[in-house]
Amino acid sequence: MSAPIRPLHLAVSIDRPGVRDAEPYVRAARLAERGRLDFVTLGDTLGPPRRGASRLDALAVLARVAPATDRIGLVPTVTTTHTEPFRVADAVATLDWVSDGRAGWTAEVSATEAEARHFGRRAAAPADALWQEAAAVADAAARLWDSWEDGAEIRDAATGRFLDRDKLHHADAEGPGWTVHGPSAVPRPPQGRPVTAVDATRLPARAAAARHADVVYLRTGPTPSPGAVRAARDDLHARLRALGRDPGRVVVLASLSVALYAAADAVALADLAGSWWADGVVDGFHFRPRDPDRDLALLVDGTVPVLQHRGLLRSFYPGGTLREHLCLPRPANRHTTARRTA
Amino acid sequence: MTAPGARQRRQMHLAVQVPGAGSTTVWAGPDSGSHIGFPSFRHLAATAERGLFDFLLLAEGLRLPEHKGRIHDLDAAGRPEPLTVLSALAAVTGRIGLAATADTTFHEPYELARRLASLDHLSDGRAAWHVVASSDAFTGENFRCGGRPDWCGGRPDRSQCFARAAEFVTTARELWDSWTPGGVPRPFAHHGRHFSVSGTFDVARSPQGHPVVIRSGESAGESGGHSHEEREFAASTADVFLAGPPGTPEAGQALYADVKRRLAAYGRRPEDLKVMPGVTFALGDTDAEAQENAAEIRKQQVSPQGALFALEQVWGRDLSGYDPDGPLPRIDPDPAGEAAPGPAPIADRLAVAARWRAVAEAKGLSIRQTVIETTGRQSFIGTPASVAAQMVELVTAGAADGFVLRPHFTPGGLDEFAGRVVPLLQERGAFRTEYTGATLREHLGLPLPVWKG
Repeated sequence: MSAPIRPLHLAVSIDRPGVRDAEPYVRAARLAERGRLDFVTLGDTLGPPRRGASRLDALAVLARVAPATDRIGLVPTVTTTHTEPFRVADAVATLDWVSDGRAGWTAEVSATEAEARHFGRRAAAPADALWQEAAAVADAAARLWDSWEDGAEIRDAATGRFLDRDKLHHADAEGPGWTVHGPSAVPRPPQGRPVTAVDATRLPARAAAARHADVVYLRTGPTPSPGAVRAARDDLHARLRALGRDPGRVVVLASLSVALYAAADAVALADLAGSWWADGVVDGFHFRPRDPDRDLALLVDGTVPVLQHRGLLRSFYPGGTLREHLCLPRPANRHTTARRTA
Repeated sequence: MTAPGARQRRQMHLAVQVPGAGSTTVWAGPDSGSHIGFPSFRHLAATAERGLFDFLLLAEGLRLPEHKGRIHDLDAAGRPEPLTVLSALAAVTGRIGLAATADTTFHEPYELARRLASLDHLSDGRAAWHVVASSDAFTGENFRCGGRPDWCGGRPDRSQCFARAAEFVTTARELWDSWTPGGVPRPFAHHGRHFSVSGTFDVARSPQGHPVVIRSGESAGESGGHSHEEREFAASTADVFLAGPPGTPEAGQALYADVKRRLAAYGRRPEDLKVMPGVTFALGDTDAEAQENAAEIRKQQVSPQGALFALEQVWGRDLSGYDPDGPLPRIDPDPAGEAAPGPAPIADRLAVAARWRAVAEAKGLSIRQTVIETTGRQSFIGTPASVAAQMVELVTAGAADGFVLRPHFTPGGLDEFAGRVVPLLQERGAFRTEYTGATLREHLGLPLPVWKG
């Protein structure tokens, strides 16, 4: 079968509440990699445990998964409300380094009083304000990732210079009540800028997504209806165009909770994905298995082969980085561009 | 475990600090690879684990050095974020401890305690935390709380930051203790001078109970104003004291005794805190060759441009017109002159300059030779047998429980030590011949922390 011109993009959540060791995550990511999915996601929050289940830092878990996998993208949730923007940027950039260009992050906010009390710095704020700050953090991260131009490390023994300081820049990012001077401690990561994802189902997040997201999730209700997703997608595209962004450079994924009990369910899911795809509703899907073991196996061994057989899904990874899987170009560095056009 | 026929000795602990940003890393030449790419970390971790080291330590980068408002371009620069690198290294190592440097001034306990506990789970009990309290506004410019002194407990003043660090560790331990050993989360509340936090921690008690806590102090040769506070901090709460290089065996003994003496006041035994000086080394097949290698490393560390930069830091003046291979400037330092901002300003320029001049005059040295002579000589220089003997002597003399090695090269800087010195330490019965435990606490011979439910 030939690779489709514009492949269907698939991602899957590997959330496993209560798991305390790396092995189940590694197994799930390898399984998703066998299905040639674009990336796995792992949710996170700085809130209390849900139903008493232990939770690990998602970015750390996926860093642990990175050397145990080769191609699959790794996209942890990283919250922006209580974490320092400098640390968000450096941790995601480092995930990109240890995975050789497979990192992304799902930006999220901390809206609850419970989370605010864990930090004791400020009270919980309304979603609009939090998402405005999240957008500022995403902007700060992008500026920090650009603060080292490619080739800034020169190791020129003749002049004694390790760095070409003309290729290092202060980020001078600004958010509500704060600034981040920069540059980053981490050189520009392999992807230039790791992939930024946002769940834009709700409107406050959609504004941030329109400005900064490379990947957008649109969650569906318990009975997935293409109409609601299409409407949200159209709204997002309008916002992108208003901001001068090309909608073709933003991958929109319908985020579906799935429960697959038998092979027939896996085929039905392939039918749904195929028809939404054919109707141009979305660019792909983010599946959230209800039972991580049962559903992921059926997804990879049932749904994926059907989609491949129908020529909608590639059967190999043509690229090495997450951006390549997503058919997104490596972003030009703003400083390099400025110098070339000067 | 002791090799057959070897004399039974107290075994030392060994760790390696991965070379990265800073003036001690040799970045030019065929032995110098990337200190950013993961394969280098993997190589060093594999070497250290093959050498049965206790742990591997990564430093943290919070701000690139600047000079006269521009990025300092002469030294190796750039650091990946340590906790993320160590989480990845947990996948490709099985036994070695994984120590992350993490600052407390620009962090919050809930988040950092969570990341450290996560690393301890992901590595099956091999996590450690090197506690650092930065206190300069220069670094603060990268952090939102740097612009919010009310968040950081006041202006980043050194005593404040020390106090904050101590309360930070206490709070982290309370979070780590908040789950019962049976796996049930219980609410926590900490209301102190620097932190007022409450809620429920979401990471189950980790394999080590608490990750190993490492605290640094100043070198034995200096009795700076804060070494007392650092030692007291270590004695009260740390598992490892990362000391400066022992200038002389006597100075090392004095520091060792002083730190150990402080433990009793906290109900702790001398063996509950391991004193491990950070040391550098140069090896050779003969002593003469080792001296040559050491001199060559120093020359690579102090380039002509680097020598002038070091001179400008002391003199506080623009000396860019001077010849690094010529004599020291005749003009005196400007005590109020500009220095690179950051954590370690030179306290007394006139005194340092006087010392440099004395050395240069006595030995007839150029600027570059003077800088090489007066800064950063390797702690151990010699054949593998001689370096092994020097290390054993310091441990036997009660000046150290072990060492944190600081190689000069990435990624191969530990290869020769692991391959040639470690076997000699083992023959002497001074170092383990296999990992007998699984966790870092077990490697270090530290007890599991008592659960303070």
